[in-house]
This record gives sequence, C-alpha cells and structure tokens, in this order.
Amino acid sequence: MSRERTTLLDGPGRPYPEPAADREPLRPGGGTTLPARVAGPAGAERRRSTTTVRRSDVMAVFGAAFAALGLTVLVFTQLAPFDGLLGFVVFWYFAFLTSYAVLVRLDESGPVIRDRLAAVVVHSLAFLMLLALVVVVGFTLYRGREPLAHLNFYLEDMRSAGPLDPLDAGGIRHAIIGTLQQIGIALAVTVPLGLICAVFLSELPGAFSRFVRIIVEAMTALPSIVAGLFVYATLILALGRQKSGFAAALALSVMMLPIVIRAADVVLRLVPGTLREASLALGASQWRTIWHVVLPTARSGAMTAIILGTARGIGETSPVLLTAGFTQFTNVNPFQANQVSLPLFTFDAVRRPDPVMISRGFGAAAVLMALVLLLFILARLLGGRAPGQLSRGQRRRRALASRRDAVRFVRRERERLAQTTPYGPREPDLLPPQATTR
Amino acid sequence: MTVVVMEPAEPSAASTDRPRRIRQRRTGSDLLFRGVIRAGGLMVLAIMLLVGIFLTLRALPALRTMGWRFLTVQEWDPAGAAFGVAGVLVGTVLIGMVAIVIAVPLATGAALYIAEYAPRRIAPVLVNVVDLMAAVPSVVYGIWGLYLLQPHLLVAGEQGEGLPRWLATYLGWIPLFRVDGYDPRDPIGSNSALTGSTFVAGIIVAMMVTPIISSVMREVFSQAPVGEREGAFALGATKWGMIRSVVLPFGRGGMIGGTMLGLGRALGETIGVFLVISFVFVIQPHILQNGGGSISSLIALRYAESNAIGIAGLMAAGLVLFVMTLLVNFGAGLIINRSRSGAASDA
Repeated sequence: MSRERTTLLDGPGRPYPEPAADREPLRPGGGTTLPARVAGPAGAERRRSTTTVRRSDVMAVFGAAFAALGLTVLVFTQLAPFDGLLGFVVFWYFAFLTSYAVLVRLDESGPVIRDRLAAVVVHSLAFLMLLALVVVVGFTLYRGREPLAHLNFYLEDMRSAGPLDPLDAGGIRHAIIGTLQQIGIALAVTVPLGLICAVFLSELPGAFSRFVRIIVEAMTALPSIVAGLFVYATLILALGRQKSGFAAALALSVMMLPIVIRAADVVLRLVPGTLREASLALGASQWRTIWHVVLPTARSGAMTAIILGTARGIGETSPVLLTAGFTQFTNVNPFQANQVSLPLFTFDAVRRPDPVMISRGFGAAAVLMALVLLLFILARLLGGRAPGQLSRGQRRRRALASRRDAVRFVRRERERLAQTTPYGPREPDLLPPQATTR
Repeated sequence: MTVVVMEPAEPSAASTDRPRRIRQRRTGSDLLFRGVIRAGGLMVLAIMLLVGIFLTLRALPALRTMGWRFLTVQEWDPAGAAFGVAGVLVGTVLIGMVAIVIAVPLATGAALYIAEYAPRRIAPVLVNVVDLMAAVPSVVYGIWGLYLLQPHLLVAGEQGEGLPRWLATYLGWIPLFRVDGYDPRDPIGSNSALTGSTFVAGIIVAMMVTPIISSVMREVFSQAPVGEREGAFALGATKWGMIRSVVLPFGRGGMIGGTMLGLGRALGETIGVFLVISFVFVIQPHILQNGGGSISSLIALRYAESNAIGIAGLMAAGLVLFVMTLLVNFGAGLIINRSRSGAASDA
C-alpha cells in the first residue's frame, strides 16, 4: 500500500530518490552526511511567481482588441456601407471574440479556449452592467447640473415661477418637504408595526403565524400602483377625504410594510439560537430575552432592512401619483390639501414641453438620487455586520455594562450575606475572585 | 462504515421512569408581551387581507358586467360597457418577456463575475453597487429611457438608427419583429414608427430588474460548496469547466427563482413604462412598433375617471395584475426553496 503511494508521488519507475552522482560517497565510519550545496551566489534564489496570469495571456487580449478595432474600422470606412455607433461597437466585440479565440488557439487546446472566452464574456457583461449604472446616474446628474447650481432651486417653490421662467426663479422646496414628510409618516407606521410583526413571526411559531407569513409574502407581490389604487379607492373615493400627503404616506406604507416585515423576519431568523437559549437558561423571561438579546443582536441587520425599504419607498412614484395630488405651493400640512413629492415633481416636469422645466425635473431626480445614496451609505455604515459582530464602541459599552452588572451582583450578594449570616458579614475572599476585582 | 445501533439496556425501565410533566408559568410581563406582538401580527394580517378583499369586492361590479369577456375585450370604454384587459395584458406580458430576455444574461454575467472572477477586494464593492442599482428610483430609469436611451441610443436621428431598425430590417420576417407601415429602406421615412414601443419599454424595465435578479443569483452562486469546486479543479477542470459543472447546476434553482422574482417586478412596473410608451388599447404583438401598453400604466392613465364602473374596471385590472405577480412570486419561492441551494437564501 505505502509502496504504491510512493510510486504515485514520485513517478513511475522511480520509487525512491536515487542518490545523486555528485554526492560524496558514504563514509565507512558513519556520521552525518551533508548534501552538497548548490553552486551559486547566496541569496540569488528567486521567488517563484504564483500568479496564474502569464504575460502572453494579457498580450493576447490586447492584441485581439487592437486587431478587432483595425478590422472594424476597415470594414466600416472602406468595405461595407455600415454606420452607427452601436453597430460599430457590436461588430468590434464579435471581431474581438473571434480573434481572441484564434490567438488562444495558437497555443492552447479546446477547453482552455472555452474557458478564456467565457471569462471574457462574463467580464464584459459585468462591465456592461456597471456601465449602465454609471450612465443612468451620470446622465441624470449631467442633465440636472444647471438647476442644481442655483441656490433658489432648494429654497423656493414653484408658486411664483412659471414653466418658462429661467432657472434662477422657482425651485423644489415643496417637493423636498413633501418627500420627507410622506416618507416620515410611512416610516412611523411601517417600522413599529413591521418590527412587531416580524418578532411575532419568529417568536410565536404556530399555525397562525405561518398563515400570517404566507399572506405577508403574498403581499410583497402587490404592485405599487395597486397599493396606490387601494388607498385612492378607500380613502379618497369611499371616505371622501382630500388627496393629501397623508394618503400618499398610507399608500407607501401598504407597499413598504410587507417588504420591511419580510426583510426583518429574515434577519431575526439569523440570530443564533444558542444566544436565545443561553438567555432563557439564565432565567430571563421571553420578553427580556427578546428585548435584551434578540433585538440588539439583530439591530444592524434590521436597520439595513428598514433603510433599504425606505430607499425603495422614497423613490416610488406610482402610488403617490394616485393619492397625493399635485401643487406648485409649499404645503407643510400633510393631512390637508395636495402635496407634491420629488418623484412626482420629476414625473410631472419631464413630461412638459419646455426645456427649462425638463431640466428642473432632472435636477429633482438628482436630488432624489442623492437622498437614496445617502440612505444607502447610512445603511452600510449602520448595518452590514453579521449578528453578534460588534463595532469597537459597542464592544466597549457592552464590557462596561457587564462590569456594572458584576459590581451590582457583588453588592447585592454582600447585602444578602450581611442580612442572613448571624455572625456578622462574611469574609469577602469567600466570594468569587473575579467578581470582587472587576 | 457501519453504524452500530445500541439497544436500550432495559426496555422495561421506560415504563417506570415516566416523563416529568413540564409546566410553563409565564410572568405577567411575558403574557403582556405575547399579547402585544400577537396583536401586531393580527393587525398586519387585517391590513393585508383588507387590501386583498377590498380589491376583490370593488372589482366585482366590473367583473360581473363583463364576465370572462374582461379577459378577451381589447378596448377600454367603461361608459359603453365594453372594457377588458386583453390588449394591456398582452402588452404587460410582452414587456416582461423583453425585460427578462435582456436582463437574465446581463444579471448572470454580473453575478458570475462578482461570485467567481472579481478580485477579493473589489467583490464587496460590486455587491454594494448592484444593491444601489436596485435602489435607484424607477422614475430615474424612466427619464433616462425617455431622454437618452430612446432618442440617442435606440432610435437615433430622423432615420431611427439603432437596434430596433436593424431588427426590423433583417428580422422583420419574424412576426414578432414586424413593423407595419415602416420601410427601413425608405430614405425619407420617419422614425416615429419605432418609438414608444414595447421593446424600448422592455429595455427600461430590464434595467430595473437586472440588479434584483443579479443579487439573488450571486447569493446562490457564492453558496456553491467549496469541496465540489476543489474537486472539479483537482480533476483538471478549467475555471469555466468548474463553473459549468459545479456552480451553475448548484445554483439552477436560484437562477430560475431569481428570474421569476425579477419577472414579478417587471410585470408590476409602472412609471418607466408609462413615461416612454405610446398607449394603445389593442393587442400589439409587434414589439418594435410604436404603441403598446401595460396594466399598471393603464391604471396610471385612467384613474382620474370619476364614474364608479371605471374605477371598478381599474380595480379588476389591478386584481388581474396582482394575481399574475402573485403566481409568479409564489412559483419563484417554491423553486428557490425546493432547490439544493435555496434553503438559506432569503429571496
């Protein structure tokens, strides 16, 4: 068995390392035999390169790209009546793939060619997606750059500015206020209700909570416009209320609630069961366990879930379109009269014919995106940690709290002992040493 | 490997050692807490059921008026008692299909890149970028489509240079790509036959659903077992060979589920479609041709109609849309949960 293994390792026909010819012969007297040193200057041993990319691979990519570029230019300017930038790029890409395959084929075999081509295609698809995001964001910022440079764009509403007025009159104050108020109300409804429901789903398992979970999951499929239509039909048509920011906030809540519940449910289920069991085993009640162990552990994840849900709700146009109405005035009372929000303002402005208004729309969209980006960064700063992983400050606070607890326990134990022992207080060194020193 | 099953030493001892009765006594605060969270769950359930039931109830008059013809009639004339979702339903499905056909390769490529190819330092950044892309408001994608994609990239200039024209010229013999009343070889032809089409709307929706699909796929790909990956490498597979034989089969359920999740979003998308499409109330099977529609943009277009039957009709249309997305989402959930990789994924 061992013989076979050695053979496999060292190659066939050479089961044991043969003595090299230049080695000194064994001395008859025994003793240690040192192998002869390899000739060469000391320290000249070069570090072996472990990278998997050879220079020829890189050269093949660039060579193929240049070859394809040349071919494409030739075809488009001299040979065929093609034109159009998109066609140029597509033609170049396929020419590139072909010439790259040919280049790799010069010194590799079939599977390697497929591997290289797949790597190129995957890289380019990922690049395309990144490019799309950059183009979408960049285009909005570019078209909105003029209104964003005016201070009045943030501080005025459209009351005095007609659609044809230049950019130094009018702004989107009313839309910013509307957005903040509507999302604020929606959060005030969604966060407590959503968290309570998520705790319910994860802490009281049973037939009823399974049913609730199914319904909630079904409701995540509710298209946002249908949520808007629901509020429009109930609050505005059936109950006869005005269109208002509050109605819009309710529509957003109906849309966001299932999203938040589901995300928070997932986060709560990630809390390690051992933590929960440890708390229960220490004698804490279920309520104490959830309040002091489960929720703090899941806090960063739940925060991320809420903020991402907010980012989703803040940019949603269709429910607001049906329920908030439209106005050019600043309306700080969300419960009365029409109130406009940033996505709604954008939606309205870009459909007008005048270029100034369109660029105001782009400016509002850029502000909206900045808000979303801000929320997103906030989510990543606050969350993004797995449950149980703490930041340095959290760890310090946690350590302080447990030290306070230890001191409190010691004091209480002393008091108890002082009361119960008939011969006066006991010696302190009978207490556990950690408890007294810390 | 054999498992030795130990017989219980004395089976009869079990009868004498009866299990203790466990009684749980909850404190008052515990009972209160359980009551509160149960009430919260009940309230959410009530809200959700209210939405569903109310939608159905308000849709009933329209469904009673039209019956099954609601699904086959194309025009939308509630006052004349002739309205149905046939046209917009087909439009919705076609937009969803275009979006999925474009989004899935893109999302797969991006997910594979992040999970397999990206350098270890860049990958988390890219994950965030994809999530950020999912959070970009739909109206931003809409104005991007209306002001950049359509006039400058897809249907550029008087002649309408771009992909739709190419498709209509060379693949126009396929009924799906036919454009009636448009001759690509006509030098004085106008591009208006190619704008506002299902295809353009589908691309915009594809941009919105790609990050959703991509993040589900990435999640699943990154869960592919390391042992199997290393086994594939040890057998001499190239990276692509490993991906094809380990990662893709492992993630198949997640790929299908993520795609269906994206389809559910694509069907319900409103603003991006509404901004760009020229609304028509007929079945428009030619995706490149001007004119199309979707149920959600029908609602956005006609909600201001004040008569009761019109609102009921919109409710019914919304209900049809909701049922569609519901079926797609449940299908997605089932596929993800049944798959080997899906047990831990949160999608």
